[in-house]
Amino acid sequence: MPLTPDHAVYWQWGFAHLNATILYTWAAMMLLTIGSWLITRRLDSSDLYRSRWQNALEVVVQAIRAQIREICPERSDVYLPFVGTIFLFITICSLLEVVPGWRAPTGSLSTTAALAICVGVAVHVFGVRERGVAEYLRHYVRPTYIMLPFHLLTETSRTLALAVRLFGNIMSGSMIVGVLLAIAPLAFPLAMQAFGLLTGLIQAYIFSILATVYIAAAVQSQRDREGAKYE
Amino acid sequence: MNSVTVIGITSIVAAALCMALGSIAPALGEARAIVQALSSIAQQPDEAGTISRTLFIGLAMIESIAIYCFVIAVILLFANPFWNYVSSKTGG
Repeated sequence: MPLTPDHAVYWQWGFAHLNATILYTWAAMMLLTIGSWLITRRLDSSDLYRSRWQNALEVVVQAIRAQIREICPERSDVYLPFVGTIFLFITICSLLEVVPGWRAPTGSLSTTAALAICVGVAVHVFGVRERGVAEYLRHYVRPTYIMLPFHLLTETSRTLALAVRLFGNIMSGSMIVGVLLAIAPLAFPLAMQAFGLLTGLIQAYIFSILATVYIAAAVQSQRDREGAKYE
Repeated sequence: MNSVTVIGITSIVAAALCMALGSIAPALGEARAIVQALSSIAQQPDEAGTISRTLFIGLAMIESIAIYCFVIAVILLFANPFWNYVSSKTGG
């Protein structure tokens, strides 16, 4: 049983493999890019006329922005491009499971690890940009120097957890369908496939919410927190 | 009993134990979390949105423990490194 789409290699040249993960990632990227380019080509800000595609896109962006704003009320628009891209990519990858032959690239540990590393780097980038290098690095030794290894351990383990959580959920979804196909009539795998769509959406939501929480925690300075406490 | 048999038996038993024990604890934890969230929503229906969002994040955190166990079990069953090592030694 093929565990991940990594094993389906379509083209090989030297050490460079073109496997199903890369191919379907490109497909999802192309769909997102061309789709948004086509829609945003004719944006119209007047209230009289608004195309239905623009309406749909506005609903999506507004919903993501509202979710981010609930976690960190100020500066929510700074994180919107990063978090929204991650959310849309994971969502598209999971939702396209309804297309026959599609294999979600998020069912490969390489994809999810790449996404998690992106989040791990973005946390530092946003933290440094907001607080400056010295101030950001100082939060590692707060309240005492003993906390330094624990801070480092936390960051490593939460990045690993992000990757393995998404990978395990998506991979188990397609695997349960495969196992059920062997032992049950077609109706049961269909139900599990529909359940997999729900799981994929929830995981996309959780991934982006956790990314926002991590970024917000890195950006928020100690003084902010104390100020909020005494207000 | 050669080493391939030992590794096979151990892997299957370990995968079954990992899955069984590893799903009991997250199930209990999720049950507690849901019970608490439901009673909180019953007390304060206005805060249902915030409570359920936090509940979802917490459930995902708890459930990832079960998912880790699942990943370990799958690795033991389908991509066992010890099995691959021994079969490459004996086979080739």
